[in-house]
Amino acid sequence: MTGSWHELTLIVNEVPLRTTVPARRLLSDCLRHDLGLTGTHVGCEHGVCGACTVLVDGVPMRSCLLLAVSVDGQAITTVEGLAGPDGELSAVQQAFQDCHGLQCGFCTPGFLTTITAGLIGCPDPTADDAREMIGGNLCRCTGYLNIVAAVLRAAELTRARSGEVADAAVDSGQVP
Amino acid sequence: MKPSAFDYRRPEQLDEAIDLLGELGPDAKVLAGGQSLLPLLSMRLAAPKHLLDINRIAQLDFVSCGADGVRVGALARHAALERDAGARAVQPLLSAALAMVAHPTIRNRGTTVGSIVHADPAAEMPAVLCLLGGSITAMSTNGQRIICASEFFLGPLESALWESELAVEAFFPALPPQSGTAFAEISRRHGDYAVCGVAGLVTLDDDLRISVARAGYLSVSATPLVLDLTDAVSGRTFDGDLSAAGGLASAAVDPEPDIHATADYRRHLVGVLTNRVIVGAAHRAAREITGNGATQALPMPGAQP
Amino acid sequence: MTSRMVGQPVNRVEDPRLLVGAGRFLDDLGQDAAELAVLRSPHAHARITDIDVTAALEVQGLLAIYTYEDLSGPLADPLPLLIPHPAICAGRTQYALARDEVNYVGEAIAVVVAENRYLAEDAVERIVVSYRPLPPVVGVQAARAAEHLVHEDAPGNVAAHFVQEVGDAAAAIAAAPFRLELELAIERSASTPLEGRGVLAQWDSDSQRLRMWTSTQTSTGVRAAVAAKLGLDLGRVEVITPDVGGGFGVKIVHPWPEEVLVPMAARALGRPVKFTEDRREHFISAAHERGQLQHIEVGFDATGRILGLSVRFWHDNGAYLPYGLIVPIITSTQLLGPYKPGAYRVEFDSLYTNTVIVTPYRGAGRPQGVYAMERTLDAIAGELGLDRSVVRATNFIQPSEMPYDHGLIFQDGRPLVYDSGDFPASLAKLKALVGWDDWPAYQAAARAQGRQVGLGLACYVEGTGVGPYEGGHVQIETSGRIKVATGLTSQGQGHQTAFAQIVADELGVSMDDIEVVTGDTRRFPYAVGTFASRAAVTSGSAIALAARMVRRKILKVAADALEADPEDLEIVEGMVRVKGAPGVAMALGTVAVLSNPLRYAFDEASKAATQFVVGDSDLPPVNEDDEPGLEGRDYYSPLRSTFANGMHAVIVETDPETAEIKILRYCVVHDCGTLINPLIVEGQVHGGVAQGVGGALYERLVYDDAGQLQNASFMDFLMPYVSEVPESIEIDHLETPSPLNPLGIKGAGEAGVIPSAAVFASAISDAEGFAITAMPISPSDLFELRRRHAGTDRHNESIAKKEPTR
Repeated sequence: MTGSWHELTLIVNEVPLRTTVPARRLLSDCLRHDLGLTGTHVGCEHGVCGACTVLVDGVPMRSCLLLAVSVDGQAITTVEGLAGPDGELSAVQQAFQDCHGLQCGFCTPGFLTTITAGLIGCPDPTADDAREMIGGNLCRCTGYLNIVAAVLRAAELTRARSGEVADAAVDSGQVP
Repeated sequence: MKPSAFDYRRPEQLDEAIDLLGELGPDAKVLAGGQSLLPLLSMRLAAPKHLLDINRIAQLDFVSCGADGVRVGALARHAALERDAGARAVQPLLSAALAMVAHPTIRNRGTTVGSIVHADPAAEMPAVLCLLGGSITAMSTNGQRIICASEFFLGPLESALWESELAVEAFFPALPPQSGTAFAEISRRHGDYAVCGVAGLVTLDDDLRISVARAGYLSVSATPLVLDLTDAVSGRTFDGDLSAAGGLASAAVDPEPDIHATADYRRHLVGVLTNRVIVGAAHRAAREITGNGATQALPMPGAQP
Repeated sequence: MTSRMVGQPVNRVEDPRLLVGAGRFLDDLGQDAAELAVLRSPHAHARITDIDVTAALEVQGLLAIYTYEDLSGPLADPLPLLIPHPAICAGRTQYALARDEVNYVGEAIAVVVAENRYLAEDAVERIVVSYRPLPPVVGVQAARAAEHLVHEDAPGNVAAHFVQEVGDAAAAIAAAPFRLELELAIERSASTPLEGRGVLAQWDSDSQRLRMWTSTQTSTGVRAAVAAKLGLDLGRVEVITPDVGGGFGVKIVHPWPEEVLVPMAARALGRPVKFTEDRREHFISAAHERGQLQHIEVGFDATGRILGLSVRFWHDNGAYLPYGLIVPIITSTQLLGPYKPGAYRVEFDSLYTNTVIVTPYRGAGRPQGVYAMERTLDAIAGELGLDRSVVRATNFIQPSEMPYDHGLIFQDGRPLVYDSGDFPASLAKLKALVGWDDWPAYQAAARAQGRQVGLGLACYVEGTGVGPYEGGHVQIETSGRIKVATGLTSQGQGHQTAFAQIVADELGVSMDDIEVVTGDTRRFPYAVGTFASRAAVTSGSAIALAARMVRRKILKVAADALEADPEDLEIVEGMVRVKGAPGVAMALGTVAVLSNPLRYAFDEASKAATQFVVGDSDLPPVNEDDEPGLEGRDYYSPLRSTFANGMHAVIVETDPETAEIKILRYCVVHDCGTLINPLIVEGQVHGGVAQGVGGALYERLVYDDAGQLQNASFMDFLMPYVSEVPESIEIDHLETPSPLNPLGIKGAGEAGVIPSAAVFASAISDAEGFAITAMPISPSDLFELRRRHAGTDRHNESIAKKEPTR
């Protein structure tokens, strides 16, 4: 009556985590309730709202539309894995604060993961690109305008930060 | 909204999967991308005893392009097919239609073959497969069979696949010479299932006159519908008045109303969108024949590239 | 001097936590809790003849199943009718679990508690309920026809019948040179926060106390309701509001059945129990709003001045009436907007239907009222061939007439008196912003190109900051950190930031030293809740008053210690210092230490307050009219609501072929008095406009004749994505401060959504040349309207069904 159970390992935010789940366990529930990573939120459980979006091997996917067992062994990035090791907000996170891109914050993790991946493929987005990037995520609070602004701001911050990294590398003599 | 319990198997070889499916038969459901299946499971509208996950069968993860067309393995994600440069060259309609399938995040996981097997009459790829006259390759312990698109879709969410069969590949024929395609749809929100969608294919003769005009429709009938519109526009130049195509199409369909659109509105959209894709496809075919520059400046109202 | 924080676009202090996944929403809590799932009615109207749980008992991990038979005492009574009103003639509320009849698809019949939600749903699926179906009543028309009744003892399906009148409207209309009648319809929508409802309860059998967390807009309301239902002293119930993933009204209602059943089960089972609503449940068992039919008669003169207005409307309140008449009363009063209509009569029926209950959703009846009034003004303009903005200006209440008494009773039971506003100035700003005077030329040029464009205009006034009251508590700790608490809750409005801005200014401290807590009854047990655009007005004012109390005490204590006159002291960046002698100063933390006379020193700093160190031996250590500690608590209880206002304009383009409706521009002029944080206010406007776009063009809740909700999912309930909202919203603010509160604030939370149905109907009418009288409108609807109007002279057609009579 409870179906088959499976032992699995997920590499979550670069840390291998083992757990045992019934086959029907959704990845969203596994992350939240088996692994205690409650930053990933569940807004609809039918794949429409995007709040539960995580990166699977770097690619945005709905964690409510994946069985945990089905991604056994794969690398998962959640919102908890976006900030730097010292806790510094990532460019996308910082941009959301700068642009008032969140209100209640419930849908935000799905936007952050989606945009983080999106900016890798499209590092210099136009406003249209930004709208396309977040086109599958629902937000009921912000009206999206500040989120679009945050995508553009995040791209700017990313460029500035990589400039700083490059400058630092030059300063430290790592780069001729 | 949590799935009922099931047993889960994850074969890594195709043979193993086929054997398991033969063994479990009607009690099993195949999981590929799962972007349509998981909501059904979570809403408990489907409650299979066994789930057969084919995501580790590497040999099904391919897009291969040849002169005859594009072969898409059962594990190829929509996003992979959409991005595949070879597929774009061989059959440009694929990427044009795939761009309309839900949102990018769904396309990252959902598979094209899975979408076809799901046989939703509101989905894009079944209509594309039908318009192009493609086929599905199915395997079971009894061997392999190839099912023509025209025989594959039996009703809403109902395909000709046997319970013991695994759809392993879809074949989309290449764009014929002197031809062009276009895709257009109207959905309530960007990324929603279409209220009405049309894929068009036009072939021109050497004088840039229409020799073949066909269109495939989604969301207007219980199964994907293909209409031959050649009679309405045959012999017209590619940039002439092609609106008879839309008239013929809207007279030929018998759509159902739903909460988003009346039947008459759908029928009206069939006409409007048919004209848009036929014009778009005709221009693209003309460009194919005359080279890139010749028709570039011509308008292609509404049709997606 | 420390720079003033109120008025600054300060980044939110809430954000860092929410951005790293460290928010704590309801389902993030109670990881060890048992979980509850609800068996809900599949029928819109039926008698329950049997409930058989036998098969469910086999489910492994099952802890308990409850049906109505298991409820006792107050729990077995119907849930409360929260806001009684004399006009309610048949007030019906549901039982926590259906007793013998269900009245909407989704009504709770039984609950299951199991080790987790998966198992709980397994058990729910195995409970067999037998029903005897009854004929369902769906939609306002069916309710009015009353061929069948929702409640046998509510004749005509009428829950309430209400009339208000100022002057003799019928006579004024009859005597007017011009008259029109309009029939209007507006459909249901719903709050639809991204996080559904949820509740977690923990019973401590040692101390016999209940602690619960709930995703609510009203923690003190839930507390009182649960205490009453469970027969507990209020002091034994604590309600904590965690992060709430949006509310928009639906989380005001209390208690929801689950809010009493979860603590009941937690107490019975002796372990924490949690309910997390799923999306389907939210659609069929939370609340909806907006559905009304309206009939309007208006009489006016040749300048467009309204001489008499009579409005009759029918409000669909769903299956029960837990929130009383608040929504239709607001419609009936806020309909008047910035206008003075001469004589006014309004009459409404609030009607039962076999559908989900109707309770306030952002805007709370105002969108319907504004729709009625603005459609009427457009009709008058059309009838007389006058500019639509001119007709509005003709009917405006003038600034010199403030405060303006409409002679009606508002939703708070108090007179409808506008406190402030400059409507001509707002309209002038909006016309400048949208380029009103250039519009006819633009539209003509577009038409010449075969394009159909339309400009819409709508104005509203919004009563905000309703009472009865809110309170604030401000305490300075010996560390110098400042703890602020208020009882109302937060769902993303940025209260922690806005209230910290207020306290920073009042006390002269850095925002970084301030921590604000909302919605925790342990910290502040007296409160009303967050709704009706009231938080900034009521709690903001209360916190400001409490901070002023603390400031007085700081100055008094510091003056003693510094041997200075309090008048000569100032607080700058957390230091109390003598004006002109900044060297003579004392940190606020030290003042806090001195404010609490001590016998025992617990650390180095506290030595300064011990008995051999300080104190006047001729006085008691704590004076008669004094209290130890550096804290203050105060309340703000407004005499009346304060009235914000705004005006929106939208330009749309309708596709001549596909009837798709595209937004080209969206302009807002908004007056919410003093802005605490423009960033937050504009965010509220953006969000409101987006919800308004949803309500006007996309969202509806479609019931079939059997009472089944046809679109109970995000697939088919078309909440806008980014692709559906305007690419920019142009905003201009007018600040006419409210005279009713210490900060001059008016509410801003609901504003953006209020004029949406009206402004889009106006714009689409302008684009199409025929009147839009039913909202929301889809391309399919517009296509059908075009067919109906084909052949008529669309650009001269009136909105109204009757031509002028003189």
